[in-house]
Amino acid sequence: MQYIDRLQVRKRINFRLRLNSILKYVFLGATLSGLVVLAILLIRTVSQGFAWIDWNFITGHLSMDPEKAGIMGAILGTFWLMLVVVFFTLFLGMGAAIYLELYAKKGRIHSLIQTNIANLAGVPSIVYGILGLTVFVRLMDFGSTVLAGGLTLSLLVLPIVIVSSQEALRAVPQTLGEASYGLGASKWQTIKSIILPTALPSILTGSILALSRAIGETAPLVVLGIPALLIPFPGGFMDRFTALPMQIYYWTLDAALVEEYANLAAASIIILLLMLFILNSIAIYIRNKFQHRF
Amino acid sequence: MTTKNVSVSTANLSTKQLMNEKKSAASIKNVFEKMVPAVLFLFAAVSVLTTIAILYTLITEAVHFFQRVSFTEFFTSTNLKPLSQNPSFGLLPLLSGTLLSTIIAMVVAGPIGLMAAIYLSEYASDRVRKLLKPMLELLAGIPTIVYGFFAFTFVTPLLRSIWPEIELTNILSPGLVMGIMIIPMVASLSEDAMNSVPNTMREGAYGLGATKLETAIKVVIPAAISGIVASFVLAISRAIGETMIVTIASGSTKNFSFDVTESMQTMTAYIVEVSSGDAAAGTTVYYSIYAVALTLFTMTFLMNLLAKKIARRFREEY
Amino acid sequence: MAVQTQLYAVPAIEKKESKNKNEVEKESIFETKSLNLWYGETQALKNIDLKIPEKSITAIIGPSGCGKSTFIKTLNRMVELIPSVQTKGDIHYKGSNILSKDYSAEALRTDVGMVFQKPNPFPKSIYDNVAYGPRIHGIKKKSILDDIVEKSLKDAFIWDEVKDRLKENAFGLSGGQQQRLCIARCLAIEPEVILMDEPTSALDPISTTKVEELIQSLKKQYSIVIVTHNMQQAARISDQTAFFLNGEVVEFGKTEELFTEPKDSRTMDYINGRFG
Repeated sequence: MQYIDRLQVRKRINFRLRLNSILKYVFLGATLSGLVVLAILLIRTVSQGFAWIDWNFITGHLSMDPEKAGIMGAILGTFWLMLVVVFFTLFLGMGAAIYLELYAKKGRIHSLIQTNIANLAGVPSIVYGILGLTVFVRLMDFGSTVLAGGLTLSLLVLPIVIVSSQEALRAVPQTLGEASYGLGASKWQTIKSIILPTALPSILTGSILALSRAIGETAPLVVLGIPALLIPFPGGFMDRFTALPMQIYYWTLDAALVEEYANLAAASIIILLLMLFILNSIAIYIRNKFQHRF
Repeated sequence: MTTKNVSVSTANLSTKQLMNEKKSAASIKNVFEKMVPAVLFLFAAVSVLTTIAILYTLITEAVHFFQRVSFTEFFTSTNLKPLSQNPSFGLLPLLSGTLLSTIIAMVVAGPIGLMAAIYLSEYASDRVRKLLKPMLELLAGIPTIVYGFFAFTFVTPLLRSIWPEIELTNILSPGLVMGIMIIPMVASLSEDAMNSVPNTMREGAYGLGATKLETAIKVVIPAAISGIVASFVLAISRAIGETMIVTIASGSTKNFSFDVTESMQTMTAYIVEVSSGDAAAGTTVYYSIYAVALTLFTMTFLMNLLAKKIARRFREEY
Repeated sequence: MAVQTQLYAVPAIEKKESKNKNEVEKESIFETKSLNLWYGETQALKNIDLKIPEKSITAIIGPSGCGKSTFIKTLNRMVELIPSVQTKGDIHYKGSNILSKDYSAEALRTDVGMVFQKPNPFPKSIYDNVAYGPRIHGIKKKSILDDIVEKSLKDAFIWDEVKDRLKENAFGLSGGQQQRLCIARCLAIEPEVILMDEPTSALDPISTTKVEELIQSLKKQYSIVIVTHNMQQAARISDQTAFFLNGEVVEFGKTEELFTEPKDSRTMDYINGRFG
């Protein structure tokens, strides 16, 4: 007795094949839909803000008057933040990664720290803002300064830097370490002069990507109480400041009152995205140029 | 050959002696060698300290809040009027805003992300995948403030031109944009899960005459289901914690409602509003952000934990 | 198979025989006393008692997993880099027990150099590769480092090939050149002993010949212990040979004796290619 009706099967095949090829394009469409939105976002923002970018806008001070407003203070603020974040995350992140990969015995403490880092990476950024507000702004009494903002953002991206540095260290072949130990080098000598330099390009790439995450963050800075309209440029770590994303935020909110502010926000977005683009290009350049292949 | 060996023996003494001379500094070096791991341990401990600091600040300040406002009021009241003469502190309006925006985001990101994952893992050639994946990751690299601007100045007006009842600030527009933002998260985590399904399983299905579609839906997705679910849970956690998009585009109306056309406030947006306002330290309003933040932290933490549990189960299968 | 071994082994032996008669009295540089080693639960070395004579080439042969690599990595305590390793017993190097806690592994490795299975130059210039060892031991002066680099590269038979590109990255060298560079790097700190862990296994035949010639020339100055999976190589270059099996020394003796008249039937089986 035959259970399978060949004729029936053949009839269905055409339908199945057509469904398959239709859905293939549906899936492709889904993949592209996000990119289409991204394209709309970029085109719209650029067309709205581009005309507003001129020398005055880039170098000028903030102002209530949209025609006169300049973004230099925010750009400088973002640069100052970057300095703090680079300093703290590079040292802390690299140090922690070296400890976890090369010194720590695989045991309870190691897995506790490792799990903890993984969990920290999932904490919403606004919670870091509250931590910064409580500890740096109020408890340590730094106020809404570059230092408080930079430390808050450092804690936020530290897990990313640690994890990417760990991956970079893990990618260094063990044979290199063995060669160094074989010459009588101590552990720290081996790490300092062989393992770390070999892993450095990847560590830097990861850190720059984390840095670009940090300078786009807005929520923690808002919570820290970074002011909306700050005329003087920041000149040190203990100065009050504003940053690019903060300015975008306030101008977007104010767009409900004065429409031109939306254009200023768009212009600032162009500058912020340009900075991110440059950072990412540097990261990719370092990776391609200096990374050793084994 | 002979000359070479002569040079060895003469120089032999000098180098060895030079090296021995330097050994006098060895004890200082030894102390240093022992200090290095101790210092680096402190660096690694910073991450643990961060967690402790987060928990400590949130809990101690939230305790102040609950000394003034009862648990029952906070978790069951539908009224949130922090600044009125007769203030009330119900979490539910914020919870409804968070819930609604998250649901909208997942309605966008879930199916689109999953379909993109199917395309990338089952249909796309290596070349196409290598091109599309980084481009998709770009979406995740755009700062959220930019999405907020986009939702407020483009998506909301667009929605209003189609559906005029929508308010100037509403929960639908930021929800949709948030969905776009987390597509790459769902897509790349789900794709990882689908990629780790062994090819022998696919071959089994192809060998019976199944199409790619049937293989993907009936073989690959069921095999990778825990990884896919984990990616959804992580995306939900991300949406719950997202701040700027909803702060900008959804306004600050503290409504307990499920109407997507209305302005609503999420937990995150409430924290932004209160902390950037003039709430003086020590007031109940000020402490309320810690209670909200603690709730937010707990929710995202549990979601992340859940995602990890689910994902681990999926790894054990092969 | 037996015939083949003879073909390779005999000519080398004949040359050595006259020399060896005068050298029987050589002092031992390493002496292991009931050396045992475990990786976690599995025992990799069982009661090893060996006396390794100085200024000669000692070959360690045996099938994969017999413990031969583990053994030489114990001689400069490289095994300690593996977390779960435990050792028991003594290894005397020039009379002192190197397995005791007071003996610094760094000092030991300065005296006992090592060349690895795969060439592993550092991702630095050729010059910096050779100068690395002297530098970590505190030699900073450029003129001295220049001398050391030149001498070590000459001793490793690679000076003529690299003298014009000392500043270039070592990764640009061929595999055989890289391995000779690694030997030069090892010579730069003037060790007493050089341990070699299958140094030619990743090289082509021509490079292998060059490295073997180099090893032969080094024996006048250094005591050499070489692990090899290649019996012909052991027969060609070594003065004495130890045959390891399942973590034990089955037989240890003069190379020509071990290859021509093995005392143990398992050695006979191995050198005749019956297993491994």
